[in-house]
Amino acid sequence: MTTAVISKPLTPRRVMMRRALRHKGFLMAGTVLALIVLAAIFAPLLAPDDPYEQDLLARLQVPVYLGGSWDHPLGTDSLGRDVLSRLIYGARISILIGLIAACVSAVIGTTLGVLAGYFGGRVDKVVQFLINVRLAMPVVLVGLAVVSLRGGSLWVVTSVLGLLLWDRFAVVLRSATMQVRSMEYVAAAEVLGAPLHRVLFKDILPNVMNHLIVIATLEMAHAIILEAALSFLGLGVRPPTPSWGLMISEGKEMLLFDSWLIATPGLAIFVLVLCINMFGDAIRDITAPEGRN
Amino acid sequence: MAETVLSIRNLTVDLPEGADRPHAVEGLSLDVRPNEIVCIVGESGSGKSITSFATMGLLPAALRPSAGEVLFEGADVLKMSEAGHARLRGNRMAMIFQEPMSALNPCYTVGDQIEEVFETHATLSRSARRKRVIALLEEVRLPDPERIYHSFPHQLSGGQRQRIVIAMALAMDPTLLIADEPTTALDVTTQMQILKMFRRLKEERGAGIMFVTHDFDVVAEIADRVVVMQKGRVVEQGTAEEVLNHPTHPYTRQLIDAVPRRTRAARETDAGAEIALRVQGLEKAFHTPRTLFSPARTVRAVANVDFTVRRGETLGIVGESGSGKSTLVRCLMRLTEPEDGAVWVGNQNLLETQRGNLRAYRKEIQIVFQDPYGSLNPRRTIGDQLLEGPTNFGVPRAEAWEKARELMRIVKLNDEALYRYPNQFSGGQRQRICIARALMVEPSILIADEAVSALDVSVQKEVLTLLREIRERMGLTMLFITHDLRVAAQVCDSVIVMEKGRIVESGPIDRVFAEPQAEYTRKLLSAQPGQGWEVPDLGVTA
Repeated sequence: MTTAVISKPLTPRRVMMRRALRHKGFLMAGTVLALIVLAAIFAPLLAPDDPYEQDLLARLQVPVYLGGSWDHPLGTDSLGRDVLSRLIYGARISILIGLIAACVSAVIGTTLGVLAGYFGGRVDKVVQFLINVRLAMPVVLVGLAVVSLRGGSLWVVTSVLGLLLWDRFAVVLRSATMQVRSMEYVAAAEVLGAPLHRVLFKDILPNVMNHLIVIATLEMAHAIILEAALSFLGLGVRPPTPSWGLMISEGKEMLLFDSWLIATPGLAIFVLVLCINMFGDAIRDITAPEGRN
Repeated sequence: MAETVLSIRNLTVDLPEGADRPHAVEGLSLDVRPNEIVCIVGESGSGKSITSFATMGLLPAALRPSAGEVLFEGADVLKMSEAGHARLRGNRMAMIFQEPMSALNPCYTVGDQIEEVFETHATLSRSARRKRVIALLEEVRLPDPERIYHSFPHQLSGGQRQRIVIAMALAMDPTLLIADEPTTALDVTTQMQILKMFRRLKEERGAGIMFVTHDFDVVAEIADRVVVMQKGRVVEQGTAEEVLNHPTHPYTRQLIDAVPRRTRAARETDAGAEIALRVQGLEKAFHTPRTLFSPARTVRAVANVDFTVRRGETLGIVGESGSGKSTLVRCLMRLTEPEDGAVWVGNQNLLETQRGNLRAYRKEIQIVFQDPYGSLNPRRTIGDQLLEGPTNFGVPRAEAWEKARELMRIVKLNDEALYRYPNQFSGGQRQRICIARALMVEPSILIADEAVSALDVSVQKEVLTLLREIRERMGLTMLFITHDLRVAAQVCDSVIVMEKGRIVESGPIDRVFAEPQAEYTRKLLSAQPGQGWEVPDLGVTA
């Protein structure tokens, strides 16, 4: 009964595929994430209304589940904009910020971490110093300062987050690289005269990739939450851009009267971050099952 | 029957679906009587550890015994509740593990850890417990029991730690002692002391001992009866004398035949051949800077090492762990920068070569590492890794592929292996791949750093034969680093014995092993297990 499985050669990729398809968390979180991403991409087709169009006569309509009408399934905000449409368009902002910030951080952190881990010694000391400097700066405070100086916009927020969230990449990849560096296949490659870039790209990077992916998902979730926090404080993306954080911020005056205004984007952020984190955990399980506990 | 301590009848343990065979252990029956050492021998994956875990009730959740019984003092252990097991373990039966460091908790003193056994299984006053612990430490011959009592595991050596584990196992005077490869992680001299202790325990305590090992020389040293396992089944059992000297089952014969002989296949060495490698005054020390709590320390890992190797010669470098063998090799390869000395290959001093120019000389010396699992990159195909060397030296791809195919044939693997990933190969196959990888750049010197230590005996024999063939075929010069004197005796022409970074003795292997001059060499040689056993010539051709 197992012959069918054994007859195919088990490349590392195929082994991972098999584990992935058996992993419940991976399938669940992956499905939800895929739905959210698809919704963000096809927002113009899916959104029932223009997210910017105000209709002051239809302000603060309650959502369907509280007895509202199907014209605005998730109700309207205090300017009469359709919440569902804003939610769908808002997914674009959250995912964009999450992705770009995580990528920028990944590039910075991985470069520093791998170099520190591979070379050790002085390079390591410099990188550790940089990490300490970075850790000494509270992200939200620096973010607030930069945004208030440069003015809030999508790009400012994204780049500030991207330039601030690399510490975990650097710390984790530094130790992962140190571990891989002590493996004998790295020594074997050096002995075979492999130039530095080949050792780094062929022997080190593929073997620390799973750490990189896991941290990337964590930092993506982190960036999304920080964007929401900055927007909530009024220093993130500028209104009227639909952003989930901004939607919470705009709803905060209504907290005691129309709490669904906050609950809806709040729930969206919660689900997105939860799924990204679950996805990251799943990737860790799939790429390195021995690291699970 | 009343005399047996442990009697296993028809034990079958299932493996989870999708494993290479349906049962980890199948229809196993054996008896352990008091005052007897029963050795379970087999290669890795033969189910010998599963047998000991099943007896202790420590099987991993995925493995379930599906048939048979394990009768210990008349009761079936397999039908016992978890609590019933816990009452037996450490009390009536006790286990000694392979790795003494991980068997002890680093956060408690060893005294506390032994006392815990008494706290669990007996009601004794504090002072009585302490007295018993000290008595135990004396029994396992630890020096200065008072000091040891207050020591933490990391303050003790490997052999001392293993004694602590044994003392713990002995605490409640168990009738059954299970030892799972208890000496495999230890140096030979320490191994000898521990083996002697097992023999003494058998006589003084009268306990039954089930001793799991893969090493026939250890079996010859201590066993009363031997059980040979292969793929979960018992293929042969009997008294030590019968099994060791008159094995009947083909598998046992094959295993015994693979045991390294202490004699070398006679081989001509050309004393007039040119010198391939000359090492002069090599020095490497490791410095630990002073910290708040400890003064600065300097350890001379390699101290003033001189030797020469002639073309076509095989030089053995032997010594126990910590003798500086591996550091010496890393210095030769310049994986570690030595502090002083010279390494001449032909008329080029490798240590004076700039790092940038070093690549040209990388071709000359290649290495095969110890750990077959750590020395291949899991994320690259075998072909990709074999091509690494030639690519770096600018050999065209097609030519390199041709060479890779040829080498795969030489190391007796299929061409198709080139397209596979390392996870599809066994330890022995991986080691052959590593040899092929090293030979891809046509080195003149090959270093084997404990290249066969991690392998089962029969695989070890194959790899050694392969190395010998390759050496003859290509006229390679070899440095063979090993802690196993039997293996050294088999393959080397001359030998260097290292202790604490120094060469204490060197010379032709026959002379060094027959008439050792240095005290340390003599100690090493006399600690070899199984010396009373003349490996029978079974005429098996593997």
